[in-house]
Amino acid sequence: MSHYILPGEQVHAQHVNLKLGPGLLQLSNNKESEIISTRAGELKHSANNSKWWIESNARRYVPAAQESVVGIVIARAGEGWRVDIGSAHMANLDGLAFEGATKRNKPNLKVGSIVYARVSLAHKDMEPELECFDAQTRKAEGFGELKGGFLVRCSLKMCRMLLDPNHFLLPLLGSRFPLEAATGMNGRIWVNAKDPRHIIAISRCIEAVDPDGGGLDEIGVKKFLSTMDI
Amino acid sequence: MPRPPSPSIPEKEFVYNALKQSLRLDGRQALEMRTPVLTFGPELGWVEVAMGKTRVIAQVDGKMVKPPPERPLEGIVTIHSEISPMASTDYEPGRPTDEEVTMTRMLDKVLRRSDALDKESLCVQAGQRVWHLRLTIHCLADAGNLLDCACLAGIVALKHFRRPEVEVVGDEVTIHPPSERAPLPLSLHHTPFCLTFAYFPDPSTPPILDPTYLEQRLSAGLLSIALNAQKELIVVQKAGGVPLAPDEILRIIEVAVMKVKELDRIVESRLKEDIAGRHIEVR
Repeated sequence: MSHYILPGEQVHAQHVNLKLGPGLLQLSNNKESEIISTRAGELKHSANNSKWWIESNARRYVPAAQESVVGIVIARAGEGWRVDIGSAHMANLDGLAFEGATKRNKPNLKVGSIVYARVSLAHKDMEPELECFDAQTRKAEGFGELKGGFLVRCSLKMCRMLLDPNHFLLPLLGSRFPLEAATGMNGRIWVNAKDPRHIIAISRCIEAVDPDGGGLDEIGVKKFLSTMDI
Repeated sequence: MPRPPSPSIPEKEFVYNALKQSLRLDGRQALEMRTPVLTFGPELGWVEVAMGKTRVIAQVDGKMVKPPPERPLEGIVTIHSEISPMASTDYEPGRPTDEEVTMTRMLDKVLRRSDALDKESLCVQAGQRVWHLRLTIHCLADAGNLLDCACLAGIVALKHFRRPEVEVVGDEVTIHPPSERAPLPLSLHHTPFCLTFAYFPDPSTPPILDPTYLEQRLSAGLLSIALNAQKELIVVQKAGGVPLAPDEILRIIEVAVMKVKELDRIVESRLKEDIAGRHIEVR
């Protein structure tokens, strides 16, 4: 049952332990509180009606805390760097926000390098802040500078699909040739493989499977791959 | 808004390495162009051209005006092509970028100054009434090579447009509405097409035709050639400082001649298909 709603519509969600996910906002005026949607998309809820959220697709990223993003360094700013993560504001990445960084031992990021970072602070009117280590373990865990490879841009729904461990695309491509990929929640995916032809194949497959650009399924992707020379 | 950031280092290095091996990001050959998809609107003279994700709409409008005293025997053609931020976040209203200025100048040279359109046929009464044609170009999306797309849209719109028939008896001028008399096509001497080739900093990288957005950003120079299917050169414009030998330019012109023949075929067949599906003739 798919129920499509527009921003501003009221959602009737009632539960003892109600949890509102992306796209829903609780407004309280006087003694009444109503829940309204802030995005256009499909309204979904969990089986026992306790969790409600809106599934939408967009290309513009709105930063939220604890999300991993792929950013491009655009300038040095004092002790840190300014990083473009595709949001309305540029993000700040401090020089000490790396595993094992001290005042004397900071990573050497050049303007134009790609970093995989976690959004540590995100509010709607402030510039977001990034960190290059895991929140709990404080170790790198894959965050940091990404060298080589290529950057693919896609819609936000596509990168959520790629982060789902049950999605078919990356394992299908990985069975053909070795590859590494860093998926950012901001619609950017860094990919790397040995042969440029493989990287081009990955890029074209991501664009083909993207709901914005065709939404191919597994059989379609296999046929598509057979037309390429890899 | 600040200038858009240049592509990241990995993107740059990957594109340069791949192009050295003649591998393009969308799987095209080095000298293969995206096939244009032409969509005609309900009115005559309205066309949307899509080359891959680059989309441009062109519209032709005509009205009768009094000609300027220095040119009493010719019609007037004006081209309006401001790129709005809708095309890409690179463009700002009111501040033309280099690319926008280049596009306006090329459109002017290719469509107006090349004499593609017979201006004298637009004259109704010498010194009194002439047709003023307005060609408006709207750039909807910029995924590279907006120039070629805009030139194509412009010329196809001019070929698609039909002006009302005008009868002049003595001093009396009657404009017959399309419901009374079939409107007439414009008188075009030839059909110019524009093709853009991108050159890269490493001289061992071969040139590519119809660059995408990333390829255009990373190119060191762009060579735009406008010619028609009769192998006549209209404009050769080279931007950027990449040195090119004369025989390289001649070789590129040969490639362009072949591509223009293909483009001409596509445009003619689409125009014929569309006009056949319309009721322009009065029954």
